Amino acid sequence: MDIQKALYNDTGYNPERLAALLSPEAQKYLEPMAQKARQITRQRFGNTIQLYAPLYVSNFCVNSCPYCAFNKQSDLPRKRLTIEQACKEADILADDGFRHILIVSGEDTKFVTIPYLVELSQKLREKFSSISIEIYPVSTEDYEKLFAAGIDSIAIYQETYDRQDYAKFHKTGPKADYDWRLETLQRAAQAGFRSLGLGFLIGLSGWQAQTQALAQHADFLTKKYWQSKVSFSFPRLRPAENVDEKLFKYMITDTQLAQMMFALRLCFPDAEIVLSTREKPDFRDNMAQICVTRMSAGSRTNPGGYTQKNESLSQFEIADDRTPAKIVSVLKSKNIEAVWKDWDRAFIK
Amino acid sequence: MDTKSNLSDLSAADDMKDKLIIAGKEFSSRLFIGTGKYASNKIMAQSIEASGTQMVTVALRRVDIQNPQDNMLAAIDRKKYLLLPNTSGARNADEAVRLARLARAATEINWLKLEVTPDPYYLLPDPVETLKAAEILVKEGFVVLPYINADPVLAKKLQDIGTATVMPLASPIGSNQGLKTKAAIEIIIAQATVPVVIDAGLGMPSHAAEAMEMGADAVLINTAIATAGDPVKMAEAFKKAVQAGREAFEAGSSGVKNQADASSPLTGFLRD
Repeated sequence: MDIQKALYNDTGYNPERLAALLSPEAQKYLEPMAQKARQITRQRFGNTIQLYAPLYVSNFCVNSCPYCAFNKQSDLPRKRLTIEQACKEADILADDGFRHILIVSGEDTKFVTIPYLVELSQKLREKFSSISIEIYPVSTEDYEKLFAAGIDSIAIYQETYDRQDYAKFHKTGPKADYDWRLETLQRAAQAGFRSLGLGFLIGLSGWQAQTQALAQHADFLTKKYWQSKVSFSFPRLRPAENVDEKLFKYMITDTQLAQMMFALRLCFPDAEIVLSTREKPDFRDNMAQICVTRMSAGSRTNPGGYTQKNESLSQFEIADDRTPAKIVSVLKSKNIEAVWKDWDRAFIK
Repeated sequence: MDTKSNLSDLSAADDMKDKLIIAGKEFSSRLFIGTGKYASNKIMAQSIEASGTQMVTVALRRVDIQNPQDNMLAAIDRKKYLLLPNTSGARNADEAVRLARLARAATEINWLKLEVTPDPYYLLPDPVETLKAAEILVKEGFVVLPYINADPVLAKKLQDIGTATVMPLASPIGSNQGLKTKAAIEIIIAQATVPVVIDAGLGMPSHAAEAMEMGADAVLINTAIATAGDPVKMAEAFKKAVQAGREAFEAGSSGVKNQADASSPLTGFLRD
C-alpha cells in the first residue's frame, strides 16, 4: 500500500496499512505520522497520562533467558520480599501518590505463588485502586483467583513472536513453551482481566515483522475478548548486568521506535500505549506529547529497591531516574495532567 | 383510567416547557459538563465556570470519592454545581450498583449518572445491564440518569421504572461526530415523560444547538470542550449554542420549505 494512502485515507488496522506505516519509505513521513498520532491520542484520551509504578517482589527465576539479568545462571544477589516487606515498599509508592501498581516478579514459582499474590493484592487494595501483574503465565483458574483478589490488569510479553528465535532464546525451563505463553492473555481475559498488556522484547528479532505479529495478536484479542482493552508496551533491550549485548542483532534506533509507536497508534486509536523508565527522559517527554497514555515513574527494578537502595540485583538499568513529582511537573509544563487514579477497587467484589 | 391524574401530569409537562426540572430540582442552564480529559484541574474549573453549567459529572473511577481533598473534587465548587457521580468503567449491572452504593455511602449524593459500558473501545452502553441496574438503583432511592443508546423502546422502559431522565447518545462517546442518531432521538423526545439529555458525541456548538432545536431538554459535553485548543472559549461557545438552540425551540420554527414559491403560479387561473 502507498504510504500516503495509509496515512491520509485509511483508518484503523489492516496488515497492509501497518506495513506501509512501518516501511523505510514512511520515515520521510514521520512528522505527519506524529501529528496524526497526537491528534488521535488527544481526542481519545484527552490531555492526560496515567502514572503507575512497578513493585518487584522477587528476582529469583527458574528460566535461563540470556537477555535477562534475572536468569538462573546469573550468579548475583537474589531477594524475595515477604508480604510485609512488599507492603512497606508499596507504602512508599502510595505516599508518592501512586494508585496504580504493577507487581513484577521473575518466574519464582516456589515463592511467588497464587496464595502469595492473592494475599498481597488483598493488602494492596487498601491503598491502590488498580493492581496489575507482570509475572509468569498461569492457568485460567489461577487468573480467576487473582482477579477475585483484586488484580484487574496484566502485562506479559511474548519476547519474540518468531518461533525459531523464541526457541533459540528459551531452550529450557517452563518458558520454552511458546504457545502456553502466547495464550496467556486469552486465559487472563477469560478470567475477567480488564487490561491486557502486549509487547515483544525489542532487539531479539526484526522489529517490523514483530510489530506485524503484535498487531495481529492485539486485533485477535480485541475482537474475541471485546470487554478487555489492549495496551502496548515497548520493552527495548538495554544494557544489564551479566547480559551479553553481542547476542542481540536487532537493536533499534529512537527513530525506529518512534515510527513503530506512531504506526500502532494510527492503527489502534483506543489502545493504551505504555512507556517505561527503560527509555531516556528526553525520549519519554517528547513521546508523552504524541501518543503515550501511561508511564511509570521513579521505578526501581530490584526487589526492595524503594526501601533499600542498590541492595539486590536490578532487572535492567533505569534510563529515567527522575522522581514521580518531577515527572508530574514536566507533564504539566507540556499541558498534560498526570492521572494517578483511573480505576476503582469497587469494580471488583 | 384516572383522567384527573393524567390531566395533572399534562399540566406538569407544560410547566417543564420553560424550565428544566430533574427530580424536583430546577436548572436554569441546560448544559451539563463532564470532567475528563482536561490538561489541568484549573482549566477544567475555568471551563466549568465559563459554561454556565449547574451540573458537573465526575467519574467515580477517577476520584477518591471519600477524600474531599481529592484534587479533582477540590477543584469543583460544590456550592455552585451539583456533582453528578458516574459509573464509567462498569461492565455490568453488579459493578455499577456496587460503585453507586459506595459513592452514596461516602458522599450522601444520591444522584447518579448510570453508565454500563462492557466494550472499552466504543464505550457503547449495554441496554440489558443498564435497565437491570436502573431498576435496582431506583428502588434504592437513587436519582438515576441513565446513559443509553438512542433506543426509543429502552427509553420508555427506563421512564416506566422511574429514572429521572434518559440520556441517549448522539454518536459514539468522544467521537465529536454530532447527531448521527437523530431519527431515533426525535422519537425519544416525542415520547418522553422525563427530560431527554443528549449525552455523547456532540463535537461542535452547532451540534448542541441542533439537539436543542429538536427539543432536547439538555446536552452533556465533555471531549469537545476538554480537548479544544482553548477549552474555556469553547465552553462559552457551547453555552451560547445551547441557549440559542433552546430559544429557537421555544420560539417555534417556521418550518422548512423545500423550494421557493413560484412567481407565476400554474394554478393562478383558478379564480372561482
